[in-house]
Amino acid sequence: MPRINIAGNAVKRFTHGETALDVEADTFLRLILELDQRFPGLGRQIEESMAIAIDGEIYQDAYHAPLKPGSEIWLIPKIAGG
Amino acid sequence: MSKHHVSATVNGEPVEFLCEPQETLLDVLRDRLNLTGSKEGCGSGDCGACSVIVDGRLLCSCLILGAEAEGRAIETIEGLAQGDKLHPLQQRFLEHAALQCGFCTPGFLVAAKALLDCNPDPTESEARFWLAGNLCRCTGYDKIIRAVLDAAADLRKAKGDARHGL
Amino acid sequence: MAYETLRVVGTRPIRPDGVDKVTGRAQFGADMTMSGQLVGKMKRSPHAHARILGIDATKALALPGVKAVVTSADFPEIPDEMAFVGEGPMNFRDLSCNCMARDKALYEGHAVAAVAATTAAIAEEAVALIEVSYEVLPHVIDVEAAMAEDAPLLHPRMITQGVSPAPTKPSNIAKKIVFALGDVAQGFAEAEAIVERKYTTKPVHQAYIEPHACIAAAGSDGQAQIFSSSQGQFMVRAYAAKLLGMDIASIRVTPAEIGGGFGGKTLVYLEPVALALSRKCGRPVKMVMSREEVFKATGPTSGGTVSVKIGAKKDGTITAAEAVLKYQAGAFAGSPVGPGCMAAFAMYDLKNVTITGYDVVSNRPKVAAYRAPGAPISTFGVESCVDELARKIGMDPIAFRAKNAAKNGTKAAYGPTFRDIGYAETLEAARKHPHYQSPLGKNQGRGVASGFWFNIGGESSAAVNINEDGTAVVVEGNPDIGGSRAALAMMAAEVLGIPVERVRPVVADTSAIGYNFLTGGSRVTFASGMAVVQAAEQAVAELRKRAAISWDIPVDDVAWADGKAHATGASVGKFQPLSLADIALKSARTGGPIGGKAQINAQGAAPGYGTHICDVEVDLETGHVTILRYTAVQDVGRAVHPSYVEGQIQGGVAQGIGWALNEEYIYDKDGRLENPGFLDYRVPVCSDLPMIEAVVVEVPNPRHPFGVKGVGEVPIVPPMAAVANAICDAIGVRMPDLPISPPRLRAAIDRRAEAAE
Ligand code: FES
Ligand code: FES
Repeated sequence: MPRINIAGNAVKRFTHGETALDVEADTFLRLILELDQRFPGLGRQIEESMAIAIDGEIYQDAYHAPLKPGSEIWLIPKIAGG
Repeated sequence: MSKHHVSATVNGEPVEFLCEPQETLLDVLRDRLNLTGSKEGCGSGDCGACSVIVDGRLLCSCLILGAEAEGRAIETIEGLAQGDKLHPLQQRFLEHAALQCGFCTPGFLVAAKALLDCNPDPTESEARFWLAGNLCRCTGYDKIIRAVLDAAADLRKAKGDARHGL
Repeated sequence: MAYETLRVVGTRPIRPDGVDKVTGRAQFGADMTMSGQLVGKMKRSPHAHARILGIDATKALALPGVKAVVTSADFPEIPDEMAFVGEGPMNFRDLSCNCMARDKALYEGHAVAAVAATTAAIAEEAVALIEVSYEVLPHVIDVEAAMAEDAPLLHPRMITQGVSPAPTKPSNIAKKIVFALGDVAQGFAEAEAIVERKYTTKPVHQAYIEPHACIAAAGSDGQAQIFSSSQGQFMVRAYAAKLLGMDIASIRVTPAEIGGGFGGKTLVYLEPVALALSRKCGRPVKMVMSREEVFKATGPTSGGTVSVKIGAKKDGTITAAEAVLKYQAGAFAGSPVGPGCMAAFAMYDLKNVTITGYDVVSNRPKVAAYRAPGAPISTFGVESCVDELARKIGMDPIAFRAKNAAKNGTKAAYGPTFRDIGYAETLEAARKHPHYQSPLGKNQGRGVASGFWFNIGGESSAAVNINEDGTAVVVEGNPDIGGSRAALAMMAAEVLGIPVERVRPVVADTSAIGYNFLTGGSRVTFASGMAVVQAAEQAVAELRKRAAISWDIPVDDVAWADGKAHATGASVGKFQPLSLADIALKSARTGGPIGGKAQINAQGAAPGYGTHICDVEVDLETGHVTILRYTAVQDVGRAVHPSYVEGQIQGGVAQGIGWALNEEYIYDKDGRLENPGFLDYRVPVCSDLPMIEAVVVEVPNPRHPFGVKGVGEVPIVPPMAAVANAICDAIGVRMPDLPISPPRLRAAIDRRAEAAE
């Protein structure tokens, strides 16, 4: 089961302060759905403001990004730029 | 409000226009003569994007009135190339990538032409001080200065060649 | 496809739009006209904070030549919710209120009404005739004052996010964010030297030379056209549709040439207003801002305070780092404090680090992105502090950074592990550069600083069409702000195997190409480049197929090289190669027009790092600082057109030097901007700067066909600290507050003299 780390404090209010979670999901999309089930509202929060970094590569919006057990997976704030 | 009737030459061609007393030369060029190559970056003489040469003098066209153009010879960016032959300044700007967005470029080219008209062999520092009235926010000026100095050398060479009948 | 030998990428051809731009032919935002057009002008609040009690436009509307007046009543009220269109999450209610104030004016220059009239003079007269009654409210300008208990509130319902339990009282603090790694207390306990200091920066404007400009025309059939200068025609379309309650398909936006943006044109200010005016009177409306309006009502980026504490062992190992950032957002929530936090220590491999950020509203224009938004502010603090710490333990500043440098495998303070980064390479190139060894004179000093930026990918569409004469057109959707047409055409030429002069790139309007995320985040050469490469590869696949049809052989026996189809395998030697032009000419007989198209969300953007060396001389009499020499080293992945890469670096450095030495927003006691013009808001001019040497380091990004990373944002990150560190090296005075303008530096020199007496 992949382990998901959450950077920053933006979603702590959804996760009751937890910043690392084991989630049964093999894609980013399933991860969002699963987290939203567990913590209602979190899915939308992730959609709106977070990107996913898998083994150091940042995906802004890729539902299909694959999550593997053993991968380093971080939810981080979305980045834009100038 | 009555309009002024003005006759002048722009890039060697005679023009006539009517303008309001408060209209600047920049407004006239852009809105009445359809010469939109001169740009307005500030309207207050601080950016040089509207640079034109009037009777041989480099001026900010946003600071003179259209009515003041009466009887004068005005050079704008549109007159810099000879037909489809670019002026050495234009050519060197392209080769050096001396423009990014290109908004300041017409003003720089006109100001640089005025510089080389009166000082064919400027030092880097002379070029920098002459062009200090033109703002560029994109390039950091490095490539602009190189392009101007190279174009100056081209023009000197062309002149020398002409003198020696080459 | 792998591209081992490159013929076009890495060369320096003349840009395809170059001649238009050196002859004055290029059409920028204000250069377009439509028949029957009116002139639109904005009525703006003279107050920093005021309730709008009423707006009476009767007299203005009675003026001959006035065709329409709009106020917030002409814009649909938008619910207070976030949506993600364009530049990250956006609160559309705020965007709407920023374009046209509703209930309250929140800063001097805030638009409260707009007029369309037959001439500029009439429009201006009408603006003066609109009567607005205000109840002036107490205002607050500075970030720490805005955070105070008793500060005047801008938004009575603003509850700080990111704090648990949630506060019960409203405040001007929109958000608190925290990133933490390891145990900071433990780390500081292990430190043998600690530096702790508070730094401040002032809001600075992007100061693109072209003021915002647009022309909008609405038809009675509900269809609308907009021509405007922005960093993204699709962004303009989305925002205008949202703010006016229109269908996206009903708005067609044509991008003008853009006269600089640097992040400042990633929002709309004029377009929805011009369109609302046009809807009301049925004629095209053109709006162009004055420079004063640009300063008062658009941009700038945040000013802020940055408190930094870093501890290290005597051998130079950093044991802990801590930063607290407070950023001004302007009138609405949304400063770049998030990326400011994340970028702050991204140069370093830290075991123990905490970063806290506050997003704070005050009575200033809403900030807009500005090159690497957020990073230059926090990095100024961090890189000044690192310099002081290196000095304290007697280590060379580059060696100190190298000892702690982030590398592949380093865990960022915000979580993920870095890969494909080239920071160490920039430090090494800086150390070896002759500049770093060159001698210095009296009152001269040398400073070093580094910086980081993420760079992004994102949604991109492109098409490559092969013409019947063997030339090609690249259709793309990103305004060309600094030479991207050239880079995209070069990549297409590389794939097609034809000279770049035979490829014509076109920046299309919103109806002619699929969606593109805006020009920003250093993404265009990377992401749109990836789309162009894929579209060109598709075209090549089609060209091979057509050759196979002409030769009547299997397509697998056709290879593409040097712009020609070659018969290979069983058919090798049987046919003369067919050029792109040969195949294109016959396209009608082999299946119709040939082209390729890609619509992607580009993944695999790689972060960029830079290390800068700056030499200054300080005039002790006047406090004036002269930049003597500047070298900027940056890892760019691969430079597609090296001249434009260098140009990005040089331009970013120049902006950073302005930020360091001169630029600032100055307010009077009533909250009015005192320097809304280029005379008093002083951006660097030619004679302020030396040549800026850009040193390009290439650590390729394996996720891009040509190795591209982003370029445009990193170079503005290091200069402020590089300049401040150089000043400290020259005269031993540490300047923690920007800008280091002559009066400020002179005062610091005097204070030191007094202290010595
Ligand atoms: S527009 Fe004339 S100097 Fe700026
Ligand atoms: S090239 Fe953009 S302002 Fe000079």
